[in-house]
Amino acid sequence: MTEYAFAARGLVKRFGKTTALAGVDLSARPGSVLGVLGPNGAGKTTAIRILATLARPDEGTATVGGHDVVREAARVRRLIGLTGQGSMLDEELTGPANLVLIGRLLDLGKAGATDRAHELLERFELTEAARRPVSTYSGGMKRRLDLAASLVGRPHVVFLDEPSVGLDPGKREELWRMVRELTAEGTTVLLTTQYLEEADALADAITVIDHGRVIADGTPAELKRVVGGQAVSLRPTDPALVPTAALAMERVTGRAPDHPGGHTLTVPVDGDDTAWELARALREADVRVTEFSLHLPSLDEVFFALTGASRKTHEETA
Amino acid sequence: MSATVSTHRPAALPRHGLVLARRSLAKTLRNPGSLVNGVITPAIFLVLFVYLFGGSVAGSTDAYLQYLFPGVMVMGAGIAGMLSSGLTINIDMKKGVYDRFRSLPIGRSAPLLGSVLADLVRYVITVLILFAIGFLMGFRVETDAGSAIAASALAIGFGFALSWVMVFLGVLMRDENAVMAVTFIAILPLLLGTSMAAPVETLPDWLRSWAGINPVTHVMDAARALLTGTPVGDAVTWTLAWSAGLVAVFAPLSVWAFNRER
Repeated sequence: MTEYAFAARGLVKRFGKTTALAGVDLSARPGSVLGVLGPNGAGKTTAIRILATLARPDEGTATVGGHDVVREAARVRRLIGLTGQGSMLDEELTGPANLVLIGRLLDLGKAGATDRAHELLERFELTEAARRPVSTYSGGMKRRLDLAASLVGRPHVVFLDEPSVGLDPGKREELWRMVRELTAEGTTVLLTTQYLEEADALADAITVIDHGRVIADGTPAELKRVVGGQAVSLRPTDPALVPTAALAMERVTGRAPDHPGGHTLTVPVDGDDTAWELARALREADVRVTEFSLHLPSLDEVFFALTGASRKTHEETA
Repeated sequence: MSATVSTHRPAALPRHGLVLARRSLAKTLRNPGSLVNGVITPAIFLVLFVYLFGGSVAGSTDAYLQYLFPGVMVMGAGIAGMLSSGLTINIDMKKGVYDRFRSLPIGRSAPLLGSVLADLVRYVITVLILFAIGFLMGFRVETDAGSAIAASALAIGFGFALSWVMVFLGVLMRDENAVMAVTFIAILPLLLGTSMAAPVETLPDWLRSWAGINPVTHVMDAARALLTGTPVGDAVTWTLAWSAGLVAVFAPLSVWAFNRER
């Protein structure tokens, strides 16, 4: 019995002069979800590729199910399923053909591979498109098939590299439901994402990485305590009323709001009660708004809180 | 434990190679365009040379067809080998599906083996189609069925051997356009600087010396001898030696390049 479903210690990976990973630790207990949160280029994909035996670390070690990913790569490959950022499917083949192929490569035998393919197609609601080549599938269908493909061998550990990229909100929640089903069956999941919201919804533990280093890790609750939990953003209809709104926000929350850009004001709140109170205060002050939202901090805000330095992209994109 | 996939079953590499070859062929069936290259170019040469030059080169188009066809058949196998293998694997490797293969518990070279085995089937189809075209134009085997099969086998075997050179380049190079460019630069002297269109004795000195060195000339001479009964000489021996040599050098190199970390 191993304590961790997978564990990486001090992973370093360099590509020429760039250092993709500069000493990263990651681990998850069996049946849990580890969310790896970070911006583009943080090293999330490199970490997944090392754990999935596609790349060798320059330094450090990683194990899956207690097996070393370099020395016992063949054993590790029997335990894992991988869904990468881009499609890992054969576009010219049908959905069932894609799944049967993987089943055959996993030595399930012809009948076994076919049965498993149909089981997964049903579970991921892809039976209707069974006769069509994958190239005609919608983005959401491809994602589901990709996920199904990584599950053919009933893996103990599933790696999902930014699984929700390009999915509309409805489809994203469908994906979340599928990830939860996986963990309910005892599968361990490593999921990378750029959205705290996603990590918060799915993960038992979150590791935040940036520039190839871990800058925070803990439970979602612990992380939110550090980065300030939820925030309210709003935009007064009349720009002249921005100061009035700011005053109301400060009175209710006790904190001066931020101006991330335009006429938008953002202030951290302790919970939704504060948000309703804030709404009432604005109403009383006769400030009408075009936008009013309660949300978790964005990745930029997480980094702002964790590193104390605003990222360049923050000003540019806000 | 739910992952009850057995750790060691005999002959896993060839078995997985065959599964992956079937995948590649299934893709060809859905998109037969890649087969066309190996057939169209030799077919055009056949029609063009026979009807344009046949009368003046050999006295009659029928006589010229008997001379030209064996060379064109070898050319077909050669073009199929050079155009498809290196390029298919180069394009395929960049797709995410190869990452999935590499994350599966299969032999590291199984995808490479699958690609090359599928190509072998494509050469057989190419040669069969060329035979059909040749037959329709009036080409007749002057020996016997056994020799005809041996000639086809030599052509396909050599195309297969040649394809390993391109597989190696395809695996080594990143850019598919570079693979294409190298292929086209190599195809002209390799396949045309030969005895295909006319006996080497009739060629200018510089070309004759090249055609004499060029292994493809041996293959074409061997195929011509086996199909039309011209003297064989040592053409068959040379063909077998070259084919074996190319595979012995480039197959291990390809496997090495393929298993390198990318």
